[in-house]
Amino acid sequence: MSLLSIQSLSLNISGAPILDDVSLDLEAGEIVAITGESGSGKSMTAFSIMQLLPDEAELCGAVHVSGQDVTQLPEATLCTLRGNAISMVFQEPMTALNPVQTIGAQVAETVHLHRPDLNAKTESVRALTRVGLPPDQVSHNKYPHQLSGGQRQRVVIAIAIACGPALLIADEPTTALDVTTQAQILDLLRQLVRENGMGLLMITHDLAVVAEMADRIIVMNRGQVVEAGQTAPLLAAPQHPYTRALLTASSHNVTLPETGTNGPLLQVNGVVRDYVLPRTKLFQTPGHFRAVDHVSFDIARGERVGLVGESGCGKSTLTRAILGLEPIQGGQITLGGQPVIGGLNIRQRMQVVFQDPYGSFNPRHRVARLITEPFHLSDTPQSERDARVGETLTAVGLSPEDAGKYPHQFSGGQRQRLAIARALITRPELVIFDEAVSALDVSVRAQILDLIADLCAQYHLTYLFISHDLNVVRTVTDRVLVMQSGRIVEAGQTAQVLSSPQHPYTQKLLDAAPVLPPPQGEIDAQRPLV
Amino acid sequence: MLRYTLKRLASLLISLAIASLVIFAVIEVAPGDPAAFMLGLNAQEDTLAALRAELGLDQSKLQRYLAWVSGMVQGDFGTSYQYRTPVSEMIADRLWVSLPLALYALALSTLIAFPAGIYAASRRGKTGDVAVMSATQLGVAIPNFWFAMMLVLVFAINLRWFGAGGFAGWDKGFWAALKSLTLPAIALALPQAAILARVMRSALLDVLGEDFMRTARAKGLSRAQALRRHGLRNALIPVLTILGLQFSFLLAGGIIIEQVFYLPGLGRLIFQSISARDLIVVESVTMLLVFAVIVVNFTVDLAYAIVDPRLRQRQ
Repeated sequence: MSLLSIQSLSLNISGAPILDDVSLDLEAGEIVAITGESGSGKSMTAFSIMQLLPDEAELCGAVHVSGQDVTQLPEATLCTLRGNAISMVFQEPMTALNPVQTIGAQVAETVHLHRPDLNAKTESVRALTRVGLPPDQVSHNKYPHQLSGGQRQRVVIAIAIACGPALLIADEPTTALDVTTQAQILDLLRQLVRENGMGLLMITHDLAVVAEMADRIIVMNRGQVVEAGQTAPLLAAPQHPYTRALLTASSHNVTLPETGTNGPLLQVNGVVRDYVLPRTKLFQTPGHFRAVDHVSFDIARGERVGLVGESGCGKSTLTRAILGLEPIQGGQITLGGQPVIGGLNIRQRMQVVFQDPYGSFNPRHRVARLITEPFHLSDTPQSERDARVGETLTAVGLSPEDAGKYPHQFSGGQRQRLAIARALITRPELVIFDEAVSALDVSVRAQILDLIADLCAQYHLTYLFISHDLNVVRTVTDRVLVMQSGRIVEAGQTAQVLSSPQHPYTQKLLDAAPVLPPPQGEIDAQRPLV
Repeated sequence: MLRYTLKRLASLLISLAIASLVIFAVIEVAPGDPAAFMLGLNAQEDTLAALRAELGLDQSKLQRYLAWVSGMVQGDFGTSYQYRTPVSEMIADRLWVSLPLALYALALSTLIAFPAGIYAASRRGKTGDVAVMSATQLGVAIPNFWFAMMLVLVFAINLRWFGAGGFAGWDKGFWAALKSLTLPAIALALPQAAILARVMRSALLDVLGEDFMRTARAKGLSRAQALRRHGLRNALIPVLTILGLQFSFLLAGGIIIEQVFYLPGLGRLIFQSISARDLIVVESVTMLLVFAVIVVNFTVDLAYAIVDPRLRQRQ
């Protein structure tokens, strides 16, 4: 008998089909990964197993966990299974914990609920120690906001494993984490599976993570399972066109056009940014936190530079300082010789593309107004603005007719094209891409990377590309800067830095980043479908 | 936590100082001479001057302000121009009506609003929710003086369960006094309860959408358990804010209800004193109400910090 067996599961929510005839199995001690892009139904499969679906959900088919069909069980019985026999770990460790309860209490609650015979406190200490948070290192009386993202995810895992579940479902458990933290959490999950003999159903969009973790892979697209099989053979020779497309897009490379560089454009010289820390005693001199510590680099005209580092390393602060939005306590930042702070005219020579294509547009404005916003700083005549709208929309792969639409009428990828159009419409000298492709699905990300490469050829772009994703930085930049704790620890030609890193931190980053196995030769890829 | 408390305390003292200055300045520019009012139209100029000197009205503004503030700090609110009795005694008498009334109304309002709001939130979009929300809509819309008169008509005149007005006094016994405050408290509480229930519902609905509520369900808590153990405390912050504002309103804003029920409360005192140009009473009662509002806000700030550990650390 399989630990988990889903048979012909179909799901409608308010009439919209979400899952269509999904079947899968999972044995004890096995790691199975469900992968696919957003909207493929992978998370809803997980929630169907937990029976934590919205009220409007209509389910048919069967979900057997240890032989019991959970779709037929009454709510009271399900409550005794959840957190006990079946547990779940979520994507967002930042918000998955109750902010007003201590972590110890939150772990103890699960034990108290399912195992009233045990001492909840002792079990909670045991679970937190197992996930790497022993009480002598991290007090269990702390509140979630006092912990880092990785520590919080460990707490969520501790809650999930406290009662020794047979089945653990992890929904994008590392997506919100840095690569080195991700590596630790993945190690922890693997270790728990090995030691407890649990079954782990992992849901992730990241094929590289899948390749490292899973025994078997299930690829989903639009609510259907399109391909399933053992990890290594499936990744080496994917049968379904969708799986192939997904794999190709995951390791998508673009060829940047060769553009000669001439003269420095952006000069960052010994920049320091200190934040004043709140005083802990009344008459104490306030302390400082140095977010950016004597950073210096140049970007030449026509150069494409990457900036990598983990969260909290000072990337965002540095970006804001370059944009002139952050006061600096030392050093100088100049664009074409002019200091970036002071004067609005300097601002229109730089534009920025942000991570979130949903949050960065006012939903009540039409596209024409949204993307001409940067013109508010200049006195460009209306006729030229109108001409530029059509031209820029065409350049980013949309049509001039889209100017009259509202942002909600576009998909996520199209919105990111709009964001790029907004950044390019004033023909800025420097564009800053701040995690601009991080929130996108792999296939969309591949298209946006192609677009950036195209635009480089067309407009001779100079840009600073900030990302935590080394694979993306590898393909769209000429030069890369590695940042750690406010300092640039390594800089050089992208290919060279990423292939033979000199600084230990760069080496650590590269080691931690999961990689897809290199695709087999062309012959394999062209083999006819069986 | 100590730092947080000290900071709130400092802001409380600053607010009080500013409020006293503003109240003094406003009363000073208000038209009308208390001495002339007390002596009538035919008063002689020298009698007026003598009375002004006696009341201290001939001193400089700064002197009068300082005298007023230092008096208040020592519990001496001055002497009423109209009744020639110490203002502190008048206020104390009235406070024995207004403060219990406000607390009574607040308790009723909370007792109605919490269950109603929680019930509506847990039945979102269903008949129960719609029914509770329609009732609160009505509660917000109905003027409380009209509602008060209806209460008198039904419970005092027809059913004869309560008196139609007046205050029995605490010397007649706790229950007699409480009984005479019941109808006014209900009239004050219902509109407040309607507002509070709506705030409670929307705060809970916000919390129900949070990720940690999903974690709570995944732990094996039932819907109701998750709501009780993880939802309520997180929803309490906006509710506490409204509760604090409502208490201040109930303490001072019962003027109309006090009129309807002939209650000798603070609201009526201030109303009568304004009509009689009894400026010293107006000043003192206003200052007292401001003091109450500021102290309530301070208490609410402390309550925030008890509810939410994140606030204890931040500054």
